[in-house]
Amino acid sequence: MIALDSRPRLAAKARIRFDRKTARYLLLYPERGLVLNPTAADIAKLCTGEHTVQAIVERLAERYAPQPREQVERDVMSFLATLAERGLMQAEP
Amino acid sequence: MSDAYRPYTLVAELTYRCPLRCVYCSNPLDYARHTDGLATADWLRVFREAEELGVVQLHLTGGEPLLRDDLEALIEGARALDLYTNLITSGIPLGRERLARFRSLGLDNVQVSVQDVAASSSDRIAGSRAFERKLEVARWVKELGFPLTLNVVLHRENLDHVEQIVALAETLSADRLELANTQYVGWALTNRRALLPTAAELDRARRASAAAHARLRGKMEILFVMPDYYSEFPKACMDGWGRRFIVVSPDGLALPCHAAHTLPGLSFENVKDRHLEAIWGQSGAFNAFRGEAWMPEPCRSCERRALDFGGCRCQAYLLTKNAAATDPACSLSPDHGLIEAARQEALSAHSGDFEYRAPRPGVRK
Repeated sequence: MIALDSRPRLAAKARIRFDRKTARYLLLYPERGLVLNPTAADIAKLCTGEHTVQAIVERLAERYAPQPREQVERDVMSFLATLAERGLMQAEP
Repeated sequence: MSDAYRPYTLVAELTYRCPLRCVYCSNPLDYARHTDGLATADWLRVFREAEELGVVQLHLTGGEPLLRDDLEALIEGARALDLYTNLITSGIPLGRERLARFRSLGLDNVQVSVQDVAASSSDRIAGSRAFERKLEVARWVKELGFPLTLNVVLHRENLDHVEQIVALAETLSADRLELANTQYVGWALTNRRALLPTAAELDRARRASAAAHARLRGKMEILFVMPDYYSEFPKACMDGWGRRFIVVSPDGLALPCHAAHTLPGLSFENVKDRHLEAIWGQSGAFNAFRGEAWMPEPCRSCERRALDFGGCRCQAYLLTKNAAATDPACSLSPDHGLIEAARQEALSAHSGDFEYRAPRPGVRK
Protein backbone atom coordinates (compact mmCIF):
# COMPACT_ATOMS: atom_id res chain seq x y z
CA MET A 1 0.00 0.00 0.00
CA ILE A 2 1.35 3.41 -0.95
CA ALA A 3 1.07 6.08 1.72
CA LEU A 4 -0.75 9.30 0.81
CA ASP A 5 2.10 11.38 2.18
CA SER A 6 4.87 9.54 0.28
CA ARG A 7 6.46 11.19 -2.73
CA PRO A 8 6.54 8.79 -5.68
CA ARG A 9 9.39 9.09 -8.15
CA LEU A 10 9.86 7.10 -11.34
CA ALA A 11 12.68 4.57 -11.05
CA ALA A 12 15.99 5.56 -12.62
CA LYS A 13 15.45 3.03 -15.38
CA ALA A 14 12.08 4.44 -16.50
CA ARG A 15 11.62 7.30 -18.95
CA ILE A 16 8.49 8.84 -20.46
CA ARG A 17 8.30 9.66 -24.14
CA PHE A 18 5.54 10.73 -26.46
CA ASP A 19 4.74 8.31 -29.26
CA ARG A 20 3.76 10.09 -32.46
CA LYS A 21 2.35 6.92 -34.01
CA THR A 22 -0.31 6.40 -31.37
CA ALA A 23 -0.47 9.88 -29.85
CA ARG A 24 0.05 8.27 -26.45
CA TYR A 25 2.81 8.51 -23.91
CA LEU A 26 5.03 5.48 -23.41
CA LEU A 27 6.83 4.61 -20.22
CA LEU A 28 10.04 3.01 -21.44
CA TYR A 29 12.39 0.83 -19.43
CA PRO A 30 14.92 -1.82 -20.42
CA GLU A 31 13.54 -3.93 -23.27
CA ARG A 32 9.97 -2.98 -22.40
CA GLY A 33 7.44 -0.23 -22.46
CA LEU A 34 4.01 0.55 -21.10
CA VAL A 35 1.47 2.40 -23.21
CA LEU A 36 -0.02 5.01 -20.90
CA ASN A 37 -3.60 6.16 -21.18
CA PRO A 38 -4.01 9.93 -20.73
CA THR A 39 -4.71 9.67 -16.99
CA ALA A 40 -1.73 7.36 -16.40
CA ALA A 41 0.47 9.74 -18.38
CA ASP A 42 -0.66 12.67 -16.23
CA ILE A 43 0.12 10.70 -13.08
CA ALA A 44 3.49 9.48 -14.34
CA LYS A 45 4.56 13.01 -15.22
CA LEU A 46 3.92 14.04 -11.62
CA CYS A 47 6.04 11.19 -10.20
CA THR A 48 9.11 13.36 -9.79
CA GLY A 49 9.74 12.83 -6.09
CA GLU A 50 8.49 16.35 -5.33
CA HIS A 51 4.75 15.78 -5.01
CA THR A 52 2.99 13.67 -2.41
CA VAL A 53 0.38 11.17 -3.55
CA GLN A 54 -2.15 13.43 -1.89
CA ALA A 55 -0.99 16.42 -3.93
CA ILE A 56 -1.10 14.40 -7.15
CA VAL A 57 -4.68 13.34 -6.42
CA GLU A 58 -5.72 16.89 -5.66
CA ARG A 59 -4.13 18.32 -8.74
CA LEU A 60 -5.71 15.72 -11.02
CA ALA A 61 -9.11 15.95 -9.29
CA GLU A 62 -9.08 19.63 -10.14
CA ARG A 63 -8.12 18.95 -13.73
CA TYR A 64 -10.67 16.16 -14.20
CA ALA A 65 -13.61 17.92 -12.49
CA PRO A 66 -16.46 17.03 -12.25
CA GLN A 67 -15.07 13.48 -11.92
CA PRO A 68 -15.41 12.46 -8.24
CA ARG A 69 -12.22 12.82 -6.20
CA GLU A 70 -12.60 9.25 -4.88
CA GLN A 71 -12.46 7.95 -8.44
CA VAL A 72 -9.30 9.93 -9.16
CA GLU A 73 -7.71 8.65 -5.96
CA ARG A 74 -8.53 5.07 -6.93
CA ASP A 75 -6.98 5.60 -10.38
CA VAL A 76 -3.84 7.12 -8.91
CA MET A 77 -3.42 4.39 -6.29
CA SER A 78 -4.00 1.62 -8.80
CA PHE A 79 -1.54 3.05 -11.33
CA LEU A 80 1.11 3.64 -8.66
CA ALA A 81 0.66 0.05 -7.50
CA THR A 82 1.22 -1.15 -11.07
CA LEU A 83 4.41 0.89 -11.27
CA ALA A 84 5.64 -0.35 -7.89
CA GLU A 85 4.93 -3.95 -8.82
CA ARG A 86 7.14 -3.56 -11.88
CA GLY A 87 9.88 -1.80 -9.99
CA LEU A 88 9.24 1.40 -11.94
CA MET A 89 8.66 3.63 -8.94
CA GLN A 90 10.24 4.42 -5.67
CA ALA A 91 8.16 6.11 -2.98
CA GLU A 92 10.21 8.55 -0.96
CA PRO A 93 9.13 9.56 2.54
CA MET B 1 2.17 -0.95 -43.10
CA SER B 2 -0.40 -1.48 -40.41
CA ASP B 3 0.35 -1.35 -36.70
CA ALA B 4 0.60 -5.14 -36.77
CA TYR B 5 4.01 -4.49 -38.32
CA ARG B 6 5.51 -1.69 -36.33
CA PRO B 7 9.10 -1.96 -35.21
CA TYR B 8 9.64 -0.87 -31.61
CA THR B 9 13.26 -1.94 -31.25
CA LEU B 10 16.36 -1.43 -33.33
CA VAL B 11 19.19 -3.80 -32.54
CA ALA B 12 22.33 -2.09 -33.81
CA GLU B 13 25.11 -4.65 -34.08
CA LEU B 14 27.89 -2.10 -34.33
CA THR B 15 30.66 -4.64 -34.87
CA TYR B 16 31.11 -8.41 -34.70
CA ARG B 17 34.59 -7.92 -33.26
CA CYS B 18 34.86 -8.98 -29.63
CA PRO B 19 37.69 -9.65 -27.19
CA LEU B 20 35.72 -12.59 -25.77
CA ARG B 21 35.20 -16.00 -27.38
CA CYS B 22 32.00 -17.20 -25.69
CA VAL B 23 31.02 -20.69 -26.67
CA TYR B 24 27.36 -19.72 -27.22
CA CYS B 25 27.94 -16.48 -29.13
CA SER B 26 24.85 -15.56 -31.15
CA ASN B 27 26.88 -13.96 -33.94
CA PRO B 28 26.93 -16.06 -37.11
CA LEU B 29 29.67 -18.66 -37.56
CA ASP B 30 31.03 -16.64 -40.47
CA TYR B 31 30.98 -13.37 -38.51
CA ALA B 32 34.50 -12.51 -39.64
CA ARG B 33 33.21 -12.06 -43.21
CA HIS B 34 30.96 -9.22 -42.05
CA THR B 35 33.32 -6.35 -41.41
CA ASP B 36 32.36 -2.97 -39.94
CA GLY B 37 30.89 -1.35 -43.00
CA LEU B 38 28.90 1.51 -41.53
CA ALA B 39 30.44 4.86 -40.67
CA THR B 40 29.20 7.04 -37.82
CA ALA B 41 27.00 9.06 -40.19
CA ASP B 42 25.46 5.85 -41.60
CA TRP B 43 24.49 4.64 -38.17
CA LEU B 44 23.06 8.02 -37.19
CA ARG B 45 20.94 8.00 -40.33
CA VAL B 46 19.76 4.45 -39.57
CA PHE B 47 18.75 5.56 -36.07
CA ARG B 48 16.79 8.45 -37.54
CA GLU B 49 15.06 6.29 -40.14
CA ALA B 50 14.22 3.74 -37.48
CA GLU B 51 12.78 6.35 -35.16
CA GLU B 52 10.59 7.64 -37.99
CA LEU B 53 9.30 4.10 -38.47
CA GLY B 54 8.25 3.92 -34.81
CA VAL B 55 11.30 2.53 -33.05
CA VAL B 56 11.58 3.74 -29.44
CA GLN B 57 14.14 1.27 -28.06
CA LEU B 58 17.73 1.07 -29.27
CA HIS B 59 20.16 -1.68 -28.35
CA LEU B 60 23.79 -0.90 -29.01
CA THR B 61 25.38 -4.28 -29.22
CA GLY B 62 27.78 -6.45 -31.23
CA GLY B 63 30.20 -8.24 -30.90
CA GLU B 64 31.50 -5.75 -28.43
CA PRO B 65 30.17 -2.23 -29.11
CA LEU B 66 32.90 -0.68 -26.95
CA LEU B 67 35.35 -1.45 -29.74
CA ARG B 68 33.76 1.34 -31.80
CA ASP B 69 35.48 4.58 -30.93
CA ASP B 70 32.47 6.54 -32.18
CA LEU B 71 30.18 5.06 -29.51
CA GLU B 72 29.99 8.47 -27.83
CA ALA B 73 28.68 10.09 -31.01
CA LEU B 74 26.17 7.28 -31.51
CA ILE B 75 24.84 7.60 -27.94
CA GLU B 76 24.55 11.34 -28.34
CA GLY B 77 22.67 10.96 -31.63
CA ALA B 78 20.35 8.33 -30.20
CA ARG B 79 19.51 10.51 -27.24
CA ALA B 80 18.76 13.46 -29.52
CA LEU B 81 16.11 11.22 -31.14
CA ASP B 82 14.72 10.38 -27.67
CA LEU B 83 15.45 6.67 -28.17
CA TYR B 84 15.67 4.59 -24.99
CA THR B 85 19.25 3.51 -25.43
CA ASN B 86 20.66 0.37 -23.90
CA LEU B 87 24.33 -0.57 -24.15
CA ILE B 88 24.75 -4.34 -24.24
CA THR B 89 28.33 -5.08 -23.37
CA SER B 90 30.85 -7.47 -21.92
CA GLY B 91 32.35 -4.45 -20.19
CA ILE B 92 35.66 -4.99 -21.92
CA PRO B 93 37.54 -2.84 -22.72
CA LEU B 94 36.11 0.03 -20.66
CA GLY B 95 37.45 2.67 -18.29
CA ARG B 96 35.37 4.51 -15.73
CA GLU B 97 35.89 7.87 -17.48
CA ARG B 98 34.43 6.62 -20.75
CA LEU B 99 31.44 5.16 -18.95
CA ALA B 100 30.93 8.51 -17.20
CA ARG B 101 30.95 10.19 -20.62
CA PHE B 102 28.24 7.80 -21.81
CA ARG B 103 26.22 8.85 -18.78
CA SER B 104 26.52 12.54 -19.52
CA LEU B 105 25.62 11.94 -23.17
CA GLY B 106 22.32 10.37 -22.14
CA LEU B 107 22.78 6.60 -22.27
CA ASP B 108 19.78 5.09 -20.47
CA ASN B 109 20.78 1.58 -19.39
CA VAL B 110 23.82 -0.65 -19.29
CA GLN B 111 23.60 -4.41 -19.63
CA VAL B 112 26.68 -6.30 -18.51
CA SER B 113 27.04 -10.02 -19.02
CA VAL B 114 28.85 -12.43 -16.76
CA GLN B 115 29.18 -16.09 -17.60
CA ASP B 116 29.03 -17.55 -14.08
CA VAL B 117 29.59 -16.61 -10.44
CA ALA B 118 33.28 -17.46 -10.14
CA ALA B 119 36.21 -16.25 -12.20
CA SER B 120 37.45 -19.67 -13.25
CA SER B 121 34.14 -21.02 -14.55
CA SER B 122 33.04 -17.70 -16.03
CA ASP B 123 36.32 -17.18 -17.87
CA ARG B 124 36.23 -20.74 -19.14
CA ILE B 125 32.95 -20.04 -20.97
CA ALA B 126 34.14 -16.63 -22.21
CA GLY B 127 37.48 -18.09 -23.35
CA SER B 128 39.11 -15.05 -21.81
CA ARG B 129 40.11 -13.66 -18.41
CA ALA B 130 37.29 -11.22 -17.98
CA PHE B 131 35.21 -11.93 -14.89
CA GLU B 132 36.84 -9.62 -12.35
CA ARG B 133 36.92 -6.73 -14.80
CA LYS B 134 33.25 -7.25 -15.63
CA LEU B 135 32.33 -7.01 -11.96
CA GLU B 136 34.30 -3.81 -11.66
CA VAL B 137 32.43 -2.35 -14.65
CA ALA B 138 29.09 -3.44 -13.16
CA ARG B 139 29.97 -1.58 -9.96
CA TRP B 140 30.89 1.57 -11.90
CA VAL B 141 27.56 1.36 -13.74
CA LYS B 142 25.69 1.71 -10.46
CA GLU B 143 28.10 4.23 -8.95
CA LEU B 144 27.55 6.51 -11.94
CA GLY B 145 23.79 6.32 -11.48
CA PHE B 146 22.86 4.07 -14.40
CA PRO B 147 20.32 1.29 -14.09
CA LEU B 148 22.10 -2.06 -14.39
CA THR B 149 20.93 -5.15 -16.19
CA LEU B 150 22.95 -8.26 -15.39
CA ASN B 151 22.74 -10.90 -18.07
CA VAL B 152 23.76 -14.50 -17.57
CA VAL B 153 23.33 -17.06 -20.31
CA LEU B 154 22.43 -20.39 -18.73
CA HIS B 155 23.54 -23.88 -19.72
CA ARG B 156 24.45 -27.11 -17.98
CA GLU B 157 27.68 -25.78 -16.48
CA ASN B 158 26.00 -22.93 -14.57
CA LEU B 159 22.32 -23.87 -14.27
CA ASP B 160 22.85 -25.11 -10.74
CA HIS B 161 24.21 -21.69 -9.74
CA VAL B 162 21.01 -19.68 -10.14
CA GLU B 163 20.79 -18.89 -6.41
CA GLN B 164 24.39 -17.64 -6.37
CA ILE B 165 23.78 -15.65 -9.54
CA VAL B 166 20.80 -13.96 -7.89
CA ALA B 167 22.95 -13.23 -4.84
CA LEU B 168 25.61 -11.70 -7.09
CA ALA B 169 22.96 -9.56 -8.81
CA GLU B 170 21.74 -8.39 -5.39
CA THR B 171 25.29 -7.54 -4.31
CA LEU B 172 25.70 -5.48 -7.46
CA SER B 173 22.26 -3.85 -6.94
CA ALA B 174 21.20 -4.89 -10.42
CA ASP B 175 17.83 -3.50 -11.48
CA ARG B 176 17.17 -6.36 -13.86
CA LEU B 177 18.55 -9.87 -14.05
CA GLU B 178 18.26 -11.84 -17.25
CA LEU B 179 18.63 -15.57 -16.78
CA ALA B 180 18.53 -16.49 -20.43
CA ASN B 181 18.93 -20.12 -21.29
CA THR B 182 21.12 -20.76 -24.28
CA GLN B 183 19.17 -21.00 -27.53
CA TYR B 184 20.78 -23.46 -29.88
CA VAL B 185 21.61 -21.49 -32.98
CA GLY B 186 25.03 -20.28 -34.16
CA TRP B 187 27.95 -21.18 -31.92
CA ALA B 188 25.63 -22.63 -29.31
CA LEU B 189 24.44 -25.25 -31.77
CA THR B 190 28.06 -26.14 -32.50
CA ASN B 191 28.54 -26.63 -28.75
CA ARG B 192 25.15 -28.14 -27.99
CA ARG B 193 26.48 -31.40 -26.59
CA ALA B 194 28.48 -29.53 -23.99
CA LEU B 195 25.78 -26.97 -23.14
CA LEU B 196 22.30 -28.52 -23.31
CA PRO B 197 21.04 -29.31 -19.79
CA THR B 198 18.73 -32.08 -18.70
CA ALA B 199 15.08 -31.47 -17.85
CA ALA B 200 15.85 -32.01 -14.14
CA GLU B 201 18.66 -29.45 -14.11
CA LEU B 202 16.44 -26.96 -15.87
CA ASP B 203 13.57 -27.55 -13.49
CA ARG B 204 15.70 -26.88 -10.41
CA ALA B 205 16.96 -23.64 -11.95
CA ARG B 206 13.48 -22.55 -12.89
CA ARG B 207 12.23 -23.09 -9.36
CA ALA B 208 15.18 -21.17 -7.88
CA SER B 209 14.49 -18.32 -10.28
CA ALA B 210 10.76 -18.28 -9.50
CA ALA B 211 11.49 -18.08 -5.75
CA ALA B 212 13.87 -15.17 -6.28
CA HIS B 213 11.36 -13.50 -8.60
CA ALA B 214 8.71 -13.57 -5.89
CA ARG B 215 11.11 -12.47 -3.15
CA LEU B 216 12.52 -9.52 -5.11
CA ARG B 217 9.31 -8.34 -6.78
CA GLY B 218 9.29 -4.57 -7.21
CA LYS B 219 13.01 -4.42 -6.41
CA MET B 220 14.74 -6.43 -9.09
CA GLU B 221 13.12 -7.61 -12.28
CA ILE B 222 14.07 -11.22 -12.94
CA LEU B 223 13.54 -12.74 -16.32
CA PHE B 224 13.99 -16.47 -16.82
CA VAL B 225 13.99 -17.49 -20.47
CA MET B 226 13.33 -21.16 -21.11
CA PRO B 227 15.37 -22.94 -23.74
CA ASP B 228 13.19 -23.81 -26.73
CA TYR B 229 14.38 -27.39 -26.46
CA TYR B 230 12.37 -27.90 -23.27
CA SER B 231 9.27 -25.90 -24.13
CA GLU B 232 6.16 -27.67 -25.33
CA PHE B 233 5.55 -24.88 -27.82
CA PRO B 234 8.08 -22.60 -29.47
CA LYS B 235 8.69 -19.00 -28.49
CA ALA B 236 7.33 -16.17 -30.59
CA CYS B 237 10.83 -15.63 -31.92
CA MET B 238 11.52 -11.86 -32.16
CA ASP B 239 7.75 -11.43 -31.48
CA GLY B 240 7.25 -12.69 -35.01
CA TRP B 241 9.25 -12.19 -38.18
CA GLY B 242 9.36 -8.54 -39.24
CA ARG B 243 6.81 -7.41 -36.65
CA ARG B 244 8.61 -5.60 -33.82
CA PHE B 245 12.39 -5.75 -34.37
CA ILE B 246 14.94 -4.60 -36.86
CA VAL B 247 18.49 -5.87 -36.52
CA VAL B 248 21.20 -4.12 -38.50
CA SER B 249 24.43 -6.09 -38.91
CA PRO B 250 27.88 -4.45 -38.80
CA ASP B 251 28.05 -4.42 -42.59
CA GLY B 252 24.63 -2.78 -42.90
CA LEU B 253 22.20 -5.61 -43.63
CA ALA B 254 18.72 -4.95 -42.27
CA LEU B 255 17.50 -8.20 -40.73
CA PRO B 256 14.41 -9.48 -38.90
CA CYS B 257 16.66 -11.30 -36.37
CA HIS B 258 20.30 -11.71 -35.40
CA ALA B 259 20.86 -14.79 -37.52
CA ALA B 260 18.51 -14.23 -40.47
CA HIS B 261 21.40 -13.69 -42.88
CA THR B 262 22.40 -17.31 -42.33
CA LEU B 263 19.18 -18.46 -44.04
CA PRO B 264 19.64 -19.39 -47.70
CA GLY B 265 17.37 -18.12 -50.42
CA LEU B 266 16.68 -14.74 -48.86
CA SER B 267 18.45 -11.64 -49.99
CA PHE B 268 18.75 -8.96 -47.37
CA GLU B 269 19.06 -5.35 -48.32
CA ASN B 270 21.68 -2.94 -47.06
CA VAL B 271 20.80 0.24 -45.22
CA LYS B 272 23.42 2.00 -47.33
CA ASP B 273 21.40 1.27 -50.47
CA ARG B 274 17.83 1.87 -49.39
CA HIS B 275 15.75 3.75 -46.82
CA LEU B 276 14.90 1.60 -43.82
CA GLU B 277 11.18 2.25 -44.26
CA ALA B 278 11.29 0.78 -47.78
CA ILE B 279 13.28 -2.23 -46.61
CA TRP B 280 10.91 -2.83 -43.71
CA GLY B 281 7.78 -2.48 -45.79
CA GLN B 282 8.73 -3.82 -49.20
CA SER B 283 11.73 -6.11 -49.11
CA GLY B 284 11.15 -9.73 -49.98
CA ALA B 285 13.14 -10.93 -47.00
CA PHE B 286 11.14 -8.95 -44.43
CA ASN B 287 7.91 -10.15 -46.00
CA ALA B 288 9.00 -13.78 -46.43
CA PHE B 289 7.56 -15.02 -43.13
CA ARG B 290 5.00 -12.39 -42.30
CA GLY B 291 1.38 -13.40 -41.99
CA GLU B 292 0.25 -17.00 -42.32
CA ALA B 293 0.42 -17.77 -46.04
CA TRP B 294 3.94 -19.21 -45.74
CA MET B 295 3.01 -21.56 -42.93
CA PRO B 296 2.99 -25.32 -43.42
CA GLU B 297 0.82 -27.66 -41.41
CA PRO B 298 0.53 -28.12 -38.48
CA CYS B 299 1.04 -24.33 -38.04
CA ARG B 300 -1.45 -23.21 -40.66
CA SER B 301 -4.48 -24.60 -38.86
CA CYS B 302 -3.03 -24.34 -35.34
CA GLU B 303 -4.85 -22.20 -32.80
CA ARG B 304 -1.47 -20.99 -31.52
CA ARG B 305 -0.28 -19.62 -34.87
CA ALA B 306 -0.95 -16.01 -33.90
CA LEU B 307 0.84 -16.54 -30.57
CA ASP B 308 4.12 -18.09 -31.67
CA PHE B 309 4.12 -17.34 -35.42
CA GLY B 310 5.51 -20.80 -36.10
CA GLY B 311 8.55 -20.30 -33.86
CA CYS B 312 12.11 -19.62 -34.95
CA ARG B 313 12.93 -19.67 -38.68
CA CYS B 314 16.65 -20.05 -38.04
CA GLN B 315 16.13 -23.00 -35.74
CA ALA B 316 13.83 -24.59 -38.32
CA TYR B 317 16.48 -24.20 -40.99
CA LEU B 318 19.40 -25.32 -38.86
CA LEU B 319 17.66 -28.52 -37.82
CA THR B 320 15.61 -29.41 -40.90
CA LYS B 321 17.33 -27.47 -43.73
CA ASN B 322 13.95 -25.90 -44.47
CA ALA B 323 13.49 -22.34 -43.16
CA ALA B 324 9.73 -22.55 -43.75
CA ALA B 325 9.25 -25.67 -41.62
CA THR B 326 7.42 -25.64 -38.31
CA ASP B 327 9.99 -24.99 -35.59
CA PRO B 328 11.05 -28.49 -34.45
CA ALA B 329 10.97 -27.21 -30.86
CA CYS B 330 7.18 -27.43 -31.15
CA SER B 331 5.82 -30.71 -29.81
CA LEU B 332 3.44 -30.74 -32.79
CA SER B 333 6.23 -30.52 -35.37
CA PRO B 334 6.81 -33.62 -37.52
CA ASP B 335 10.53 -33.03 -36.86
CA HIS B 336 10.19 -32.87 -33.09
CA GLY B 337 12.12 -36.13 -32.82
CA LEU B 338 15.29 -34.12 -33.50
CA ILE B 339 14.70 -32.20 -30.29
CA GLU B 340 13.84 -35.32 -28.33
CA ALA B 341 17.05 -36.96 -29.52
CA ALA B 342 19.07 -33.95 -28.32
CA ARG B 343 17.36 -34.13 -24.92
CA GLN B 344 18.17 -37.81 -24.76
CA GLU B 345 21.78 -37.03 -25.56
CA ALA B 346 21.86 -34.53 -22.68
CA LEU B 347 21.10 -37.36 -20.26
CA SER B 348 24.45 -38.99 -20.93
CA ALA B 349 27.63 -37.54 -19.50
CA HIS B 350 28.94 -34.57 -21.43
CA SER B 351 32.47 -33.91 -22.48
CA GLY B 352 32.88 -30.22 -21.68
CA ASP B 353 34.77 -29.99 -24.93
CA PHE B 354 34.07 -26.57 -26.43
CA GLU B 355 34.64 -25.00 -29.76
CA TYR B 356 35.34 -21.36 -28.95
CA ARG B 357 34.11 -18.57 -31.19
CA ALA B 358 36.85 -17.87 -33.72
CA PRO B 359 37.16 -16.25 -37.15
CA ARG B 360 37.32 -19.68 -38.79
CA PRO B 361 34.96 -22.25 -37.29
CA GLY B 362 36.02 -25.84 -36.88
CA VAL B 363 38.97 -25.44 -34.53
CA ARG B 364 38.26 -27.35 -31.34
CA LYS B 365 40.06 -26.74 -28.10
